[in-house]
Amino acid sequence: MCLAVPGQVLEIGEDNMAVVDIAGVRRRVCLDLVEDIAVEDYVLVHVGFALQRIDAAEAQRTLDQLREMAPRESGEDSP
Amino acid sequence: MKYIDEYRDPREGQRLLDEIRRSAPAGGLRIMEICGGHTHAIYRAGLDQLLPEGIRFLHGPGCPVCVTPAVRIDQAVTLAQRPGCLVATYGDMLRVPGSLGSLRAAQARGGRVQIVYSSLDAVEIAKSHPDLEVVFLAVGFETTAPANAAAILHAEELGLGNFSVLGNHVLVPPVLRQLLETPGTEIDAFIGPGHVATVVGSDDYLFLPEEFHRPVVISGFEPQDLLLSVLMLVRQAAEGRCAVEVEYRRAVRPQGSEKALAVMRQAFEVQDQEWRGIGVVPQSGLGIRERYAAFDALRRYADVLPERAEETGEYICGAVLQGRLTPDACPAFGVGCTPEHPFGPGMVSQEGACAALYRYRQPGTAQEVGK
Repeated sequence: MCLAVPGQVLEIGEDNMAVVDIAGVRRRVCLDLVEDIAVEDYVLVHVGFALQRIDAAEAQRTLDQLREMAPRESGEDSP
Repeated sequence: MKYIDEYRDPREGQRLLDEIRRSAPAGGLRIMEICGGHTHAIYRAGLDQLLPEGIRFLHGPGCPVCVTPAVRIDQAVTLAQRPGCLVATYGDMLRVPGSLGSLRAAQARGGRVQIVYSSLDAVEIAKSHPDLEVVFLAVGFETTAPANAAAILHAEELGLGNFSVLGNHVLVPPVLRQLLETPGTEIDAFIGPGHVATVVGSDDYLFLPEEFHRPVVISGFEPQDLLLSVLMLVRQAAEGRCAVEVEYRRAVRPQGSEKALAVMRQAFEVQDQEWRGIGVVPQSGLGIRERYAAFDALRRYADVLPERAEETGEYICGAVLQGRLTPDACPAFGVGCTPEHPFGPGMVSQEGACAALYRYRQPGTAQEVGK
């Protein structure tokens, strides 16, 4: 039930409905629960509503933290 | 897919597992993942089988379909079979057994039931079918409640007289309090629900360390998210810390989403709530405010709705929902009770611990982490 998937905002209409690209599929998504969303933003989509903007800088921080807490051994290939 | 694939690299997962093994506390760690979406992700990736001995997942009550009481299903069944009525609901709700059968069975008897993807689809059906009374059976935690509330606000804006909501909205913190106050509860730490926290904010979970001295890490839903969250909990234990930490930083802010909370609070107010398999938990649900009484199916159809239902064939569902027993401890698990013929709610939703274990843990199906 609490499943939410990331998607990228392609267009925003006058009725506060957006067209969002979710894994290549275009869906109409309501923006009534979020503020200040712009075209090209990534949002988390849940039951047809954008729930939150995905923060690119914070996403990178988690990846950095992951690598810092579980460091690669020397000689391992980078992915 | 961006923001998903980066968190599924099996080699990164292996490094995290190695690190968890190195830092694991000698006494072990019993971690409850609250959210059914996490339970599903854990079984799908086989994470429970990859963790070192002593570090265990306990599955929590975070599946809104599972905790919807039988009486609510009976009410929906009653309305689906009422002439001129149509019940719209999320797909997971169709097979949930009530004492009058499921919505799917009601449909087979000629009842009108329509699956919707979004609450706004239910509003749309009401708008385009003025001859029908559309009842939206709306369940959910704090994640879904704002979307369901928005449907009420939309229906009011459109002046729809033929739309109402049969709501069953539940809140996470009160049920966790009750779990922790129950003698014999053996939970050392929590993985917090990422999408619930997206709405309410990570600060909603400060009571866990402050009042109950249990650490919590709010997690994303990919395998690496979950393993990193376990590592963060293991590190807190090793360093003697106890705090709310957020692994799912890309979506969770301390205060959550002000706008979503405002919409939720405009239509709903906190009330006592019955949880299937658990009982009534004080102040753990959301009811529709008096101002929107016209859109409340419980008020609108009060004369025809059943007020209670016999909970039958539940086996040990309540103990499983509260993390006291694993699904395979139930004598009915996979024998009589299967996703095709569920006795209890944990086998219905794919986020129910029983259904997730049944689906991913047939002999020899343990999967490599990250797949």
